Amino acid sequence: MTFIINGEEQDVAAATLADLLLALDYEGDWLATAVNGELVHREERAAFPLGARDRIEILSPMQGG
Amino acid sequence: MLKLYDIAVQSRLLLGTARYPSPAILAEAVRRSKTEIVTVSLRRETAGGRSGGAFFDLIRDLGVHVLPNTAGCHSVQEAVLTAKMARDVFRTNWIKLEVIGHHDTLQPDVFGLVEAARILAGDGFQVFPYTTDDLVVAEKLLEAGCRVLMPSCAPIGSAMGPVNPTALKSFRAHFPDVPLIVDAGIGRPSHAADVMERGYDAVLLNTAVAGAGDPAAMAEAFALAIAAGRLAHQAVPLQPRDMAVPSTPVIGKAVFA
Repeated sequence: MTFIINGEEQDVAAATLADLLLALDYEGDWLATAVNGELVHREERAAFPLGARDRIEILSPMQGG
Repeated sequence: MLKLYDIAVQSRLLLGTARYPSPAILAEAVRRSKTEIVTVSLRRETAGGRSGGAFFDLIRDLGVHVLPNTAGCHSVQEAVLTAKMARDVFRTNWIKLEVIGHHDTLQPDVFGLVEAARILAGDGFQVFPYTTDDLVVAEKLLEAGCRVLMPSCAPIGSAMGPVNPTALKSFRAHFPDVPLIVDAGIGRPSHAADVMERGYDAVLLNTAVAGAGDPAAMAEAFALAIAAGRLAHQAVPLQPRDMAVPSTPVIGKAVFA
């Protein structure tokens, strides 16, 4: 399925958000995720179904002022 | 002690974590500043990337409170979503709310700021708004649920120091019971001492420390200046006068002519 991941179009075989993170080798308790502009809590990722062209944001901590 | 929402801290310096020459220098600057609060951000992680995890571990090891920001957000929607994502990662209700309105000056979009503050406060966030020294905007932020205000004293990263001391004075006078943190525009320890002498409760710094030749030493210099400014405020500084006043008593002075 085609998704927009962090602004870039990608084809990934994933039915849920947790599947997608696994497929792309994202791991760690520091990740934050949103789908189509809505936060998806880490606990909800395994049950969160994805659809074609969903916009997925995957963020992590970085330096800030 | 300085109470910011439900947390009391001794240090009146809040330190940003960006632009240091290395993670080790950042850690040393945090230690020498004796800060208890650091600001952090969120950015897109690359697939398989581990940079966020390394930074997360570094911050966790410092043992300080974390104040996530919404830096770079130009809309209410972006800022609110970023705040929610930050809460999910850092597990804190604190959020340094930035809604940027102008690309060159990085001035806040104060209309969006108030709207975002209202949404976030209603969702249980404890909002630290990066704002201007405008009193009306500040009133609206308090109405929206903010219990801390963070006016800038000059543009972010400019190092100009207080460009409008009169406005800072009015701001302090109008909100005597609200914790006020000067956020942005400080360049030197003397600037920080200046705003602390004026009765501000704390200072938030980043570039002034990170961009110094020796960031860790500068962090300590700021800590000393902030403590000195706070003490001077408590000691009630002398007000300026138009004419000279002799410091040595003239009574009993010898007359030779």
